[in-house]
Amino acid sequence: MASSLNPADHGWRKHLPVINAFVRYGLLILVGFLMIYPLLWMIGGAFKNNAEIFSSVGFIPKSPTTDGFINGWKTSTEYTFATYLLNTMKIVVPKVIVTVISSVIVAYGFARFAIPGRKWLFALLMATVLLPKSVLLIPQYLMFREFGWLDTYLPLYAPQAFATEGFFVFMIIQFMRSLPLDMEEAAVMDGCNSFQVLTLIVCPVILPAIISVALFQFMWSMNDFLQPLIYLSSVEKYPVALALKMSIDVTEATSWNEILAMSTIALAPSLILFFLAQKYFVEGVTSGAVKG
Amino acid sequence: MSVDSVRLTDVRKTFNGHEVIKGVSLEVKKGELVVFVGPSGCGKSTLLRLIAGLETPTSGQIDIAGRDVTYAHPSKRGVAMVFQSYALYPHMTVFDNIAFALKIQGLPKAEIEHKVNAAAETLQLTHLLKRRPKALSGGQRQRVAIGRAIVREPDVFLFDEPLSNLDAALRGQMRVEIARLHTKLNATSVYVTHDQVEAMTLADKIVVLNAGRIEQVGSPLDLYRKPANLFVAGFIGSPRMNTIKARVREVSPDAVGLDLPQTLLSVPRVGAQVAAGANVTFGVRPENLQLAAADEEAHLSGYVILIERLGGETFAYVTLKDSEGEPLIMKLDGEAALYNHQEVRLKIDLNRAHLFAEDGQAIGVSPDFSDKTDESVHV
Repeated sequence: MASSLNPADHGWRKHLPVINAFVRYGLLILVGFLMIYPLLWMIGGAFKNNAEIFSSVGFIPKSPTTDGFINGWKTSTEYTFATYLLNTMKIVVPKVIVTVISSVIVAYGFARFAIPGRKWLFALLMATVLLPKSVLLIPQYLMFREFGWLDTYLPLYAPQAFATEGFFVFMIIQFMRSLPLDMEEAAVMDGCNSFQVLTLIVCPVILPAIISVALFQFMWSMNDFLQPLIYLSSVEKYPVALALKMSIDVTEATSWNEILAMSTIALAPSLILFFLAQKYFVEGVTSGAVKG
Repeated sequence: MSVDSVRLTDVRKTFNGHEVIKGVSLEVKKGELVVFVGPSGCGKSTLLRLIAGLETPTSGQIDIAGRDVTYAHPSKRGVAMVFQSYALYPHMTVFDNIAFALKIQGLPKAEIEHKVNAAAETLQLTHLLKRRPKALSGGQRQRVAIGRAIVREPDVFLFDEPLSNLDAALRGQMRVEIARLHTKLNATSVYVTHDQVEAMTLADKIVVLNAGRIEQVGSPLDLYRKPANLFVAGFIGSPRMNTIKARVREVSPDAVGLDLPQTLLSVPRVGAQVAAGANVTFGVRPENLQLAAADEEAHLSGYVILIERLGGETFAYVTLKDSEGEPLIMKLDGEAALYNHQEVRLKIDLNRAHLFAEDGQAIGVSPDFSDKTDESVHV
């Protein structure tokens, strides 16, 4: 026994697990704090007055005020922030819905049907995942201009109705491939056609994956700045991302506390949705990736 | 009135240029439980899926209840299937699982409820109806899968290795339940298994498949007593039949004289079509080999190399003297006094012996079985 040979060791070795845990968790908490600090600073900043934001490093406001929220909500335009939040929802909600529907249908096709040239089509799909979005900007803009869709929300979500989000299609395909085929065959024997198999059997079972897709799309679309900037020209149709940017531009002395307050509000829907769906989201992301 | 429940006519199936089912013709009578057995990859599951409609034959015809269903949708064939993996719908309760097919058919709610409850009662599932599949044990899941099949009142039940996911004790129990259910519903069933105990105990008729072809069709005991060829002889019976290469010495109307490495034998045979000098395979089941007493005349002698004691019975592996062939297996009483490397003399029950030609086909039959057909088979 090594410890009996050197009794002096025994003292601190006994505490080794505690020290170990202390070091590990200490490090994790430190890094975690560093990661979350900007977010905390933003929320703290929202309750500071404009002068304090630049004069103090800490995120706890000295004299908390809700001025940022009150003034920020009014915005510098003729519309309140509610208009912009609503506009964002008008883009994001249809976008999420069409993305989910189209991705599931296309993924089902890839996962379960022996379509001629399936391998090539799948390769093509994966190639679009690698294609930078900005490459498409000009051709898409020209196309939508011909359609007369400029300054409408259609260009922002119509493409998603054709399963253009290859990543989501891929994710659902992987998830579907891990499902036992027997279950679907049993449904066929029970009298389902392919569409019923998809809607009544496959969709409920892959719900975690569907929720993950919806959540990803929701968060990414909430944050999207470039597309609305290109296609929307009237201020009354602006989503949150553009509205925030606008308030930086127009006023000479930018009210950063208002911007931080509105950013905090703009962040809320994504956060709330994420925590509501967290259980499914984690399951969906991991079980899609690892088979079995 | 004897419309066959299922009739296959020269059914063939090719996957990617590889023929898996090579022309199978078969009739299943109403109320019969037919078991497909064979080694893995013999096409027994494919054949079942062809009947179910989950695969379409490359050629040939499938009739169910007198109707050509070769290209019909699975749900329009009057068949219901129990899958190996149960294939329950995980997001539905037991009730919804069983009711699903009826809901798709669009039956009124009251009728669905009545039928599901009746099926649940038959299978003792009533107290589980509100549970999800994941809260059930293997045996209960299997019963739900069967319930899902019987609620549709099909012409034919299809079972695809339904018991292979269960542990040994439960398998025995479910086997009895399936047999009882079959008697109760008197439904035509086609059952696929690789477990010959299931095949022997459940079947009215066994179909032995090998490499996409039917090797033999018959009642369990018929196959056991009169295997048509070496493959069936080796496949039916456990442990498998012992075989010894031999040469025909002489042929008389009621016996075939054999020249074995150690001895000369006269095997009683009826209808043997073989010429003297032919190479044949002599077969004898483990239970038809006995130890010869010291003063008795023996046919073979050798050494014990391995003893397996199962309690009720003992399997002894014996290598014959001056032989490099496979050891013979003999089935003895549980208390048989034997030890390893013991020299033993063996006696063969020649009335239960089998004889196969070089191409594997059986030569004649034993006079004991020549006019015997198992009465349970409807011919």
